[in-house]
Formats: sequence, structure tokens, C-alpha cells
Amino acid sequence: MTEDIKQYISEIQPNATFEETGEWLNVNIAANEFHPFASMLRNSRFQFDYLFCLTCVDWKTHLTTVYHLSSSQNRGLNIVIKVKLDRNDPEVETVSDIWRTAEFHEREVYEMFGVTFLNHPDLRTLILEDGFQGYPLRKDFEDPINMIKL
Amino acid sequence: MFSLKSITDSIQVWLSANLGATGALIAQCVIVILLAIALFAVLGLVLVLMERKVAARMQVRLGPNRVGPWGSMQTAADTLKLIVKEGLTPDGADKFLFNLAPYIVMIVAMLLLAPIAYANNFQIWDINIGVLYVTAVSSLGVIGILMAGWASNNNYSLLGAMRSGAQIVSYELSAGLAILTIVVLTGSLQISEIVQSQADGWWIFKGHIPAIIAFIIFIIAVTAETNRAPFDLAEAESELTAGFHTEYSGMKFALFFLAEYINIFIVCAIGATLFLGGWMPLHIGNWQAFNHIMDYIPSSVWFFGKVFFLIFLIMWFRWTFPRLRVDQLLNLEWKYLLPISLFNLLLVTMIAILGWHF
Amino acid sequence: MYTETQILKETSTSLLNGEGELVINVGPQHPATHGVLHLVITLNGETIKKIEPHLGYIHRSIEKMCESLTYRQFIYVTSRMDYLSAHINNHACAMAVEKAMQIEVPQRAQYIRVILDELTRIASHELWWGALAMDVGAFTPFFYAFRERETITDIMEETCGARLTMNYMVPGGVMADIHPNFQQRVKDFIKLFKKNVDEYDDLVTGNVIFQNRLKNVGYLSPEDAISYGCSGPVARGSGVKSDIRKIAPYDIYNQVQFDEVLETAGDSFARYLVRVKEMRQSISIIEQLIDNIPEGEFQAKTKAVLKPPKGEFYTRVETARGELGVYIVSEGGTTPYRIKFRSPGFSNLSALDHISRGSKIGDLMATMGTLDLVIPDIDR
Repeated sequence: MTEDIKQYISEIQPNATFEETGEWLNVNIAANEFHPFASMLRNSRFQFDYLFCLTCVDWKTHLTTVYHLSSSQNRGLNIVIKVKLDRNDPEVETVSDIWRTAEFHEREVYEMFGVTFLNHPDLRTLILEDGFQGYPLRKDFEDPINMIKL
Repeated sequence: MFSLKSITDSIQVWLSANLGATGALIAQCVIVILLAIALFAVLGLVLVLMERKVAARMQVRLGPNRVGPWGSMQTAADTLKLIVKEGLTPDGADKFLFNLAPYIVMIVAMLLLAPIAYANNFQIWDINIGVLYVTAVSSLGVIGILMAGWASNNNYSLLGAMRSGAQIVSYELSAGLAILTIVVLTGSLQISEIVQSQADGWWIFKGHIPAIIAFIIFIIAVTAETNRAPFDLAEAESELTAGFHTEYSGMKFALFFLAEYINIFIVCAIGATLFLGGWMPLHIGNWQAFNHIMDYIPSSVWFFGKVFFLIFLIMWFRWTFPRLRVDQLLNLEWKYLLPISLFNLLLVTMIAILGWHF
Repeated sequence: MYTETQILKETSTSLLNGEGELVINVGPQHPATHGVLHLVITLNGETIKKIEPHLGYIHRSIEKMCESLTYRQFIYVTSRMDYLSAHINNHACAMAVEKAMQIEVPQRAQYIRVILDELTRIASHELWWGALAMDVGAFTPFFYAFRERETITDIMEETCGARLTMNYMVPGGVMADIHPNFQQRVKDFIKLFKKNVDEYDDLVTGNVIFQNRLKNVGYLSPEDAISYGCSGPVARGSGVKSDIRKIAPYDIYNQVQFDEVLETAGDSFARYLVRVKEMRQSISIIEQLIDNIPEGEFQAKTKAVLKPPKGEFYTRVETARGELGVYIVSEGGTTPYRIKFRSPGFSNLSALDHISRGSKIGDLMATMGTLDLVIPDIDR
């Protein structure tokens, strides 16, 4: 099955690269190619219609948004999509129009990592208060009052 | 049958002899007011404790059991706490209406104590339109609730008040029609005559099935009218925090709370009077010996026994049923209870005209 | 759309917004939100036009905290996420570390873990059941639910030392062996529960008012359930198969017989039925295991300092609320580089606005009750 997916992805997006060290197939893709690619995956014969995790990792040099996808028809079938973003100006197209759950998850990533999701219907802070300075889950976030260094 | 008439009459004679006609009237007023307030306070204390104990029994727990024997002083302690608490008035509230509302609710509840027959010949005011008076005055209570909800300047209070208004206005119809069935059977609006008419059996037994239907509708309707669960939408605490009295605290809150319990007492007293014979002991037709034995139990015991049985019934509902939704509540009234009670009234009228009742 | 500052300014001074709609704040302190959830609700009369959740009142940034804790330490923080399924949270984290370190968990530990997971699930569903009944206005069931839940917390206390935020599962197994009374007490509980769970149906499930309050309320279609990433009983109430215990069995879930409870109606009552039936399934799982706990080690031998290799590890478990995912990014150090907890409540909450629009405020409480939101789990 993984081979099928790989073949399909190579067809629709030749620039995508794969990593297979982990449990599931990882697909790396550029930010500007991501949205059409995601929507194709959603509507492909594999039906990746279940986005069960959306998060971001700060690699100090760049940010990576990580999308864990699965198919409701076959929940054993999972792939991970990673989108590398520029750390100073992270921007990626929203997927909340493809998977509605992304709306909340993207708002969380937006305030925690400062990633701007283009065309998001309601991009504002969800958890943090208005006007919070800084992006708490980035590695260089400093808060001398609330953070205790171990 | 034991009667309190001799005692009340002797007080009347003594007062008129000593104070003259006007003085006697004033003295009697004072006595009645004192008795009413005492009854009010005692009922508040007893009913709150009873509610908590009944709730505890139904919820596999003990209930209040620390203050006094079996927690009997718990409500007194709570009242003391409420009296010394600060009564807050929210910033944007209409202060005059906000402070007035609990008193209106309370005064309405007090007015309703007047026409109720507590025992044989023991009644504050045996007005010849007693039942009409009760229905008319009890509907004034909603004004206080609407006032409280509006004046609080709180969205929850407003929603609660509007719900309460819709609810009380609707359910009054059914309650009124259920009361009418007994008025039709008795042919009188006077409480004492209604009680006397049940000397050979209570209406719930004499009136065949229509009387039982009327009784059930009456109980449902008054549960709604007093804003008790399952019809406690006006103060639905999981939806509207506390509904119309969200912003009230201290003694003003206590007045709402007390008025609710007095209202329960009153509607149950009316129910007991109309359907269960009021203070009239359990009499069965011409079983002279049986009726005579029943007469030995004092009439006030009969009255309060019946009332507290009905109160227990209403408490039982509260601790068993979930709450209805607002549209379901109105559906129940307008689509089910009202047509049924109208038809039922027709049936009872036929029975009364043809003399089919016992 | 209201930002936090706007809400404070606008909704406290006027009853109506410009369009004649009533804006009310449900929460952060409200009897029906079971915690500090804040919903800004726009109403037209009693009908809901829009719901905006505002989170963060109990956000402790557990993900950030975990980045400075070692692989043994961070598990203890996770009991505070979904405090009603503390064991299952710990289980997920322990499994994530085990997967990264390739630790083989002894059979005995696996049995104990599964039994405790299922007990936790029952305890959690009990609390949900009582709280839901309270949300729709019936007070008494809450006490009945707590009567049984008390027995479970007693069992937990005896074996794990805590009643709510248990920290019993560690990488490699469980922290200590079970208490000698454990098996007997669990068996007593099974007997008690089987008798009492029928009372629940008598008191609540069959009640006409209760059914009317929940049926055709908060309808979530299967497509929406998938799109909103719903999991657990919320998804299963819409007929979407989502039980991780069946999809990717962990520990000894593939050796026990149980059914994935599915209801197709998709309304609040379907979600209610799923959870009530799940309690019975959990009891049957415990029944199958309690007599067969194998002898042996309760913990695998592990190194004192855990250093998983560089890589990314994702484990999923089925908590009482749905799918909990633990995503660990390791750089080979003693602390995780990044941890993400995919909490079931967060995704389930995102569907709330969609399924409550057009219904009454009373319905919202019933819908929220059947989504079974635990706020610390949503905020993390």
C-alpha cells in the first residue's frame, strides 16, 4: 500500500521527497505546492479524509508544519506530510477548507509558532490572550517570570 | 367534629367588649398579620429542610445532619447567614425595580395565604370568590419575576424572566381549567363551600375519571407555575446559572427562595382543598361509623397531611425528572394539556348537569 | 467574531449587539461547562446563531514543559491533561517512550495496564453520565454515578496511591505491583456494577423527557465527524469507526473480545447510548482479564537514563473521550525535542459550533454534555 501511495504522490507532485525511517510514510513538500497537493490527496482513491493531528516543530533554522493524515475507510493507512517553512516569515496555505478540524489546530499553531495560515477564515488567538507577545512554543521563547529553567 | 370556631369566636367577643368595634378590627388585623408572618417563616424553614431531606433520601445520602438533631436547625442557620450577607446591587441595574422585585414576589405569596381554610372554621378571609381570588392573585407573581429579570441588567436574568413569563402565562390556563372542573361540580367559588361539598367524599373519588384527569393536569400545571423542576426553566442552573435571580444575594435572594416555597405550599393547599377535601376528613358515603372515627383526627392534621403529601409529590418530581426544553414546555401546554383540559371540562359539565357524580 | 478584549467591553455594557442579537458569555465560570471553558454565544431569542469558544483559561503549556523534562518525568505531567483518564494518558506516553526505546513490556504489566485503563474508562463515563444528567436538569443520577465511581477510586487508591491524577504507568511497565486485594476488589466491583448499571437505564435512559431532550439534538453527520476530526464516542455516535483499540490494538487489546459500539443516528442520544454501552463493554474486558493476570515481572528492566534515538514517534490510544495521540520528536537527548499531544477534546470541541447552530440554549447544554469535554484536556 505504501508503494502505491508513493507512486501516486510522485505522479501528482514530482518534487515531493519521502522519508521512511519512521513508522509511517513521511512526505516532504514545499509550502507553495502544499494546498493543491493536500486537496488532491483528500480526493484521491486513498481518501485521506481524516486529519488527526496538525502541529509544528521549531528546528531553530526553520519551522516544519506536520500533518498526520489517515483515511476513515482504512484507519490503518496513515501518512505524514511535512511542510518546511521560513522561520522569519512562516506562511502556508490553510487546509481548513479541506479538513474542518484544521481551523482550530491552525489557530493553535498560529499563536504558538507564529505561522500565518493564508486564507484562514478566522485567524486569531484561540488559547493566548489578545496581544500576547512572542511565540511560546518556539525554542527561543523567553519568559523570565513563568518559565523555570531546569 | 372538633372546631376552632369557639376559640376564634371568644377572642372576637373579648376584643369587641374591650376595644370597641374599630379597635377589635385593628387588633384582629394585627393578630392575623402576626400569624401569617409566623406561618410564612415556619413554612419556609420546614419546607427547605424537607426538600433537602427528601432530596438526600432520593440521592442515597443523608442530607443536613450537623446543626441540631437530624439537622433540624440547618435552615435557621442558613437564614441567619443570608440575613447577615451583603445584598449586592449590580452596576447597571435599575435600582428601584431591582430592590422592589423580591418584595412583590413575596407580597403576592403572602396575599394568597388569606382564603385558604387551614382547619374547620379557621380561615383568614372566607371570600365568596375564593378560588377566583387565588387564580387572579397568583398570576401577579410573574410581574415580580419579570421585574427582577429586567432590572438585573444581566442577559441570563433576562432570558430566565422571559421564559418564566411565557411559562406561567401558559400554564395558568390549564391550572385554571382544572380548578374550574371542581367549581363546576361544586357550584361555588367559596373555599368553605367547596370543602363542605366534600363531606360525603373527596372530589377526586366522587368525580369519576374526569376529576382524576383534572387533578393530574392541576399538579403538572402548578409545578410549572411555581417554576419547579422539571419545569424550572426560569432558573435552569445548568443553562442560565440561576435565571432571573442570578444577580440577587443575601436577604433579597432569600425572599425569592422563600416565596418559591410558600407558593408551593399554596398551590398544594389549593390542590388539597379542591381535590382532596381540604381539612375534611376521609368520609365515605353513608358509612356512619367509619366517618365518625375519621372525625376524631383533628381537621388541621388532615389539611396539613394532605398538603405535605402533595408537596412531597412535587419534590419527588424535582429530584427524578430532567428538565424540559423551552419549546417542549410550551408544546406540552398548548398541544396537550390545554385541549385535554378543555375537553375534560366539557365532560365534567355534562356529569354535573346530569348528576352522575356521587 | 469577538476577541477577548471586545467581549469584556461590549457584552458587559449592553444587552444586545448592533443587529438585535443577544450575546451571552457561557463561562469561564458556568455550571454547565464543567471547568473553565468560555463560549461566546450569539442568540436570536433562545436560538443559537453562533458559538465561539475561547480557550486558554487553564492552559499550562504542558507541551513546552515536557521539553525540559526527561522521558521518565514528563509522563507525570500528562495525568493533569485529561484528569479523568489519567491512566490512559500515562499509558500513551509510556508507550511512546517504549516505542522509541524498543522496550518489551512484560505480559503481567500489559494485563494490569489494560484493566486499569478500562476501570478508568468506566469511572470517566460514570462521571460523564452523572454530569450529563445534571446538565439536562436531573440531579439525582449524579449521586448514583458517584456511588459506583467511588468504588473505582478506592481501588485506584489502593493500588496506585492516588484517586484522581494517578501516576502508575512508567516506561517498561507499571510502577509497582498490584495490591494483593486488587483482584478481589475488582471482582466485587464488577458484581456491583452489573447490578447498578441497569438502574441507570431505569432512571435516565428510558425517561421520556430525557430522550426528548437528546434525540434529534446536535446532529453530527458522519462526513462532518470525519472532517472535524472527531474521535471516540462522538465519532462512533455518528457511525464512524474510530476505536484505536480495534484499529491499532496496543498491549493485549487484540487478545480480548469486545465490540466497537457504533450508533448511526448521530444525535446526542446516539452518543449517549454509545457511552453507556461502552461501560458494559469495558466491564466485559475486565471480566476476561481479571482472573488471568499472568505471574512474572511487572516492569521491564530499563536503563536509568532513557535516551531514545533520533527520530519521530507517534502513538495513539483510545481514552474515554477518543483518540489521544502522542507525537514525540527526539534529537537523541535525554529530553524530548518537541512533544505534541493530540487531544480528543480539542477536535471534538471544534465541531460544537457546527452542530449547535439553530438549536436552543437548552440543547447546547445537552450537546456539550454528550461531547464530554474535559477542559484541561482541551487546553493542555
